[in-house]
Amino acid sequence: MVTMPLLEMRGISKGFPGVKALDNVSLTIGRGEVVALCGENGAGKSTLMKILGGVHQPDVGEILIDGQPVKIHGVTDSMKFGIAFIHQELNVLGNLDVAANVFLGREPENALGLIDSKKIHADTAPFIQRLGLEISTRTRLDNLSIAQQQMVEIAKALSLNSRLIIMDEPTSSLTLTETKRLLELIRELRGQGVSIAYISHRLGEIDECADRIVVLRDGKNAGELSRAESSHDKLVSLMVGREIKSFYVEPKGSKTPGYFKVRNSSSSLHPGKKVSFDAARGEILGFAGLVGAGRSEMAKAISGLEDSPTQEIFLDGQKLSVSKPRDAIDQGIYLAPENRRAEGLVVEMTVRENISLPSLENFSRFGLINRAHEKKIAAEQVKSLNVKTPTTETRVLNLSGGNQQKVVLGKWLAMTPKVMILDEPTRGIDVGAKAEIYRLMRELADGGAVILMISSDMEEILNVSDRIAVMHEGEISGVLERADCSEENVMNLAVGKKISAAKPAVNN
Amino acid sequence: MKKEIGIFALLVVLCGVTGFENPRFFSHENLINTANLIGLFGIFSIGVGLVIITGGIDLSIGSMIALNGMLLVLALTEWHWAWPLAAAFVLAVTMLLGLGHGLLITRFKMQPFIVTLCGLLLYRGIARFIANDTTKGFGGAENFKALQSLASGNFLGLPMPFVILIVISAVMWVVLHRSVYGRYLFAIGRNEEATRFSGINTRWVVAGAYIIAGLLTGVSGILFAFYTNSVTPSTQGNSYELNGIAAAVLGGCSLRGGEGSILGILIGTALLLVLQNLVNLLGIPSSLNYAVMGAVVLLGVLADQMFQARSAKKLACQPK
Repeated sequence: MVTMPLLEMRGISKGFPGVKALDNVSLTIGRGEVVALCGENGAGKSTLMKILGGVHQPDVGEILIDGQPVKIHGVTDSMKFGIAFIHQELNVLGNLDVAANVFLGREPENALGLIDSKKIHADTAPFIQRLGLEISTRTRLDNLSIAQQQMVEIAKALSLNSRLIIMDEPTSSLTLTETKRLLELIRELRGQGVSIAYISHRLGEIDECADRIVVLRDGKNAGELSRAESSHDKLVSLMVGREIKSFYVEPKGSKTPGYFKVRNSSSSLHPGKKVSFDAARGEILGFAGLVGAGRSEMAKAISGLEDSPTQEIFLDGQKLSVSKPRDAIDQGIYLAPENRRAEGLVVEMTVRENISLPSLENFSRFGLINRAHEKKIAAEQVKSLNVKTPTTETRVLNLSGGNQQKVVLGKWLAMTPKVMILDEPTRGIDVGAKAEIYRLMRELADGGAVILMISSDMEEILNVSDRIAVMHEGEISGVLERADCSEENVMNLAVGKKISAAKPAVNN
Repeated sequence: MKKEIGIFALLVVLCGVTGFENPRFFSHENLINTANLIGLFGIFSIGVGLVIITGGIDLSIGSMIALNGMLLVLALTEWHWAWPLAAAFVLAVTMLLGLGHGLLITRFKMQPFIVTLCGLLLYRGIARFIANDTTKGFGGAENFKALQSLASGNFLGLPMPFVILIVISAVMWVVLHRSVYGRYLFAIGRNEEATRFSGINTRWVVAGAYIIAGLLTGVSGILFAFYTNSVTPSTQGNSYELNGIAAAVLGGCSLRGGEGSILGILIGTALLLVLQNLVNLLGIPSSLNYAVMGAVVLLGVLADQMFQARSAKKLACQPK
């Protein structure tokens, strides 16, 4: 007997004004099967999942659960059919405890009509244990790490008896070990018969956890790969319809070692720990490490965004005093921060206004903006970075993630960086835009800039960096030369192990 | 621009209806009188608008007007200061109060609502205390005739407050819509963190908005003192901050920050004053004055919200 799949979506089409988001897409997910959904941004993954989640209704097509045709009109319907959606931006309430979050919206009442607090804690505990979380159900969510908060969402899904959990880019803010733990958990859930739909740009993770990979391209099914036949090259070529080779590019420009030096940089995250390193002009120095290793904090301290009284910075032999963001910017040290939308962009403003924001004073007279000059600079950056936007007057929130990141870069490239720090430069960005950003970083380095790239994406850190500095708990545990850059070496240093290939961060 | 056109149309309709029902609306006297009031209220409303654009609020306006008016009366009639000194002094006082608000908000991370609410209580109390809670008038005004005519005279047949409002609006339009500082105000109102990451000293930009609000309130305060010709510390300027906030919001400022325009604030102020005028001229019981204002602001903002929700929906339907 052929077992009936848990979920079948047949011939789903969905149009939005001006765009056909999904065109005759089919998807089958079996019981206890982990299906990865791949494709560039705009390929239709999110729309397809939103149809399952009850956010959108399909124009054409049918959905079968356990072989029965169903209509999913809203989130409640979706929950009723045992579908849980874990969004990239977690939907948790930081001011409530674990149990309150798990039972949000369906709190059991006691005899007085008040929340039966005893019951929700008792009922939450088993799920927390099942996920291997060692926390109390009374912990407030904002005291948990992102990974733990995500686990709480999974606990909530399990408590709702969900049979299918949709995870949209679940690892985008997780550390390497947290990611490993999540992937293990996915395997455990699969063993317990829970099905998972897994959306990710990270091919390594997909390899590790997916039973089957469904690739969408331009709103259509582009192909499927079973676990056995999957390979990066095949996957990527299905996604973009062309081959992408291993993408490390040798630097062309000359290098000036010791051009940029940082000594004794510290942060409030790891009091007492100091970071020192040298970076060459013309190189891309990658910063690997677990999230929480203090890489972003180091970047902020170098950029004058966080206090670091002990820090000394030397650029081209000159000692700089950086105590506020403007000090760093005036010296050509720029940061493209980790959190694009919160820290990198004023998304409600136009592309032009965002690009000119840090440099406005350079082309204003008597405090008045030279609008012609401003427009010219914005247009130049849009052109040279190939930002896909209708005009420079488009608000940034209407652009895709990759194009938003290009706008962040445009802000700084308009002012010719000497040291460009990029914190997670391609998080949530599709494969095509990623390649453009890598090319751009290489061009900047070849043009004589220092590039510091913080990344938690192993593939990226290994393929883009000329050298890799690995951080562990607020310190650099070692620096790897290009020849020694391997996943194993990076991972070992990231967890604090000593390895012989690693060089010290500073030669004294 | 759409917002401004919308409320401007509403203003025109209201003027038309009022004038049609009671031709006295278009009489020279009534127009001059309304223009005078628009001048008086418009000046501080621009200040409130600026603060609202940063995502803040200023509740202390009315009390500042009382304190500043009372200090002006005392300086001129009891301390016998020369009028330029007295005027400079009261303007300096309100600017310093604005600076105080700005520092408490940016350095000590206090909420603007709390800081300026305390200001509202504090300055009203001080104004009443220094005057022994009595009304003080300007009297003969021998030594400060020049200031008096500057504040309550005419220029080319227009009341001075209206003329001053036009000048201030022109300057503030340039500041808000054409200067680097104005751009920073909008950027901070939208996303203070991203603005700080762009190397902008957001603390001083925000504090600056409160200082400008203090200055404009000071100017209004002087004009109001001469308009009433005496200052009763317990009632002078009472609840004017709410007029200012209503005008700014009606004119398109969002209390979330990052949105608003000088033109909108001006039209918003005019609309509120025409409404009061309408209540008088159409024989609506004046007890309903505030109710009419409240209803119009509510409907205005609701209409705008619905309009925005509709255009946002259109955008959201296009997948990224």
